[in-house]
Amino acid sequence: MNNSLIIGQYVPGNSLVHRLDPRTKITIIFFFVFIVFFANNIASYSLLTVFALTCMFTSKVPIRFIIKGLTPVWFLIIFTFILHLFVTREGTVILEFWIFEFYSGGLIQGIAIALRFFLLILVTSLLTLTTTPIEITDAIEDMLHPLKRFKFPVHELALMMSISLRFIPTLMQETDKISRAQASRGVDFKTGPIKERIKAVVPLLVPLFVSAFKRAEELAMAMEARGYQGGEGRSKLRELKIEKRDIFIFILFAIVVAALLLIRSYS
Amino acid sequence: MSKKLVEFRNVSFRYDEDGPWVLKNCSFEIYENEWVAIIGHNGSGKSTIAKLLNGLLFPQEGEIVIGGQQVNEESIWSIRKEVGMVFQNPDNQFVGATVQDDVAFGMENRGVQRDEMQKRITETLSAVRMQDYRLTEPHRLSGGQKQRVAIASVLAISPKVLILDEATAMLDPSGRKEIMDTVGEIQESSGLSLITITHDLQEVVQADRVIVMNNGNKWREASPREIFLEKDALRTIGLDVPFVAILAEELKHAGVSLKSTPLNQEELLEDLWILHSRT
Repeated sequence: MNNSLIIGQYVPGNSLVHRLDPRTKITIIFFFVFIVFFANNIASYSLLTVFALTCMFTSKVPIRFIIKGLTPVWFLIIFTFILHLFVTREGTVILEFWIFEFYSGGLIQGIAIALRFFLLILVTSLLTLTTTPIEITDAIEDMLHPLKRFKFPVHELALMMSISLRFIPTLMQETDKISRAQASRGVDFKTGPIKERIKAVVPLLVPLFVSAFKRAEELAMAMEARGYQGGEGRSKLRELKIEKRDIFIFILFAIVVAALLLIRSYS
Repeated sequence: MSKKLVEFRNVSFRYDEDGPWVLKNCSFEIYENEWVAIIGHNGSGKSTIAKLLNGLLFPQEGEIVIGGQQVNEESIWSIRKEVGMVFQNPDNQFVGATVQDDVAFGMENRGVQRDEMQKRITETLSAVRMQDYRLTEPHRLSGGQKQRVAIASVLAISPKVLILDEATAMLDPSGRKEIMDTVGEIQESSGLSLITITHDLQEVVQADRVIVMNNGNKWREASPREIFLEKDALRTIGLDVPFVAILAEELKHAGVSLKSTPLNQEELLEDLWILHSRT
């Protein structure tokens, strides 16, 4: 089971979206989240939808992964849609049912908000689907770099993130091993009242914590033995580089933003 | 005689002010391109020697000289460039997210340029025969493979001394053989000094010289063959004598006159053949 383990949701690939610099992706998504709230008519919504769907199709990530990424928020999307349908009282009545009256404004509002949610989730999940956690860490380290002037420990934070990412599978394997060992001693994790089951987690957590501390100590010693002395004077193997494709995408995105501002109605 | 590379001069060490001495007045030398095995049971002070060599600990008495430099607070960073260390637990020394990141870690710490890093990664990974796993994550590797990567990452900074501190203790027999073969090859081709620290007598046979530790004292210093002759004494200090040595001893008791002290199965077999063809 452990060999199929993938940290995060990354789907390997070699599409344009995959090859973009992670900083490009993060920046564009950051601004996309803003401009989604600027859309206010059919044209502007379609523009954003077309942009998001184009990104999705160029990434060549199989649709099922995207749907899987959306699963936890389907409920939210549908809920906001229904809420708007019931609460908004604008436009004409399009349907009357028992004591409820549905207005056209509610329908439009509901669709708009649901679509907004959908676009936000789609675009942000594309980031995690096409970027490895380590690339995201590198991008964050690079983008937070200016904060160094204010004594913000940027390098340390990035190192912490990359070490925790590296140890997630190790600790998962270990949890698996400990839970089997405890199960073989008669600890029951799966049945019984909830209180008993919470109690059963204790013999799992205690050894896990003990070993995590031991690992941390040994790792620190190994890092020191290999000459680690903080971020000063360190070089980096992985390099982030803005390529032509990144500039191209930035220009494209700028055009989308400009078009959006033009076609949105100022009513 | 080749050059002296490491020297322990009357070194004593203890963890606490009033704790027991872990190492008592210990002196030895290690020469260039030599393979020295340090062996002892748990608590004999052997791992402390490794940590002292790398400046992870400092002795209370005596001094340690590596490549002409005395190990102290000021010299540790240049000492750590000369002395590479591989630890026991394969997982707890793997820093990078992938094999190549881990090999690069030591070089990144020293500000090596990117092109040079790429070159060294390729070289060292081929030296440990892990070149096909460059982008693999650690959890997809076996213990033996992880230890080979650890060796590669140490080699990447071109140290003069490579210390394996019980590096095979957590591996299965095939992983153990993998590591011992790899370091044997590297030691022969690169000319670095190798210090292997172990509690397994089986692992000292390939070494040029063996230092046996007992209760913080240097108990014996001799060639593997000479050490193997003292089976009873080894047992009294808590070391397991390898099966081949016991078998040879039993054969001698039974009146089979073997001409030497065999170190491994091949040598024993050879001796038996010679004996057989003579009778």
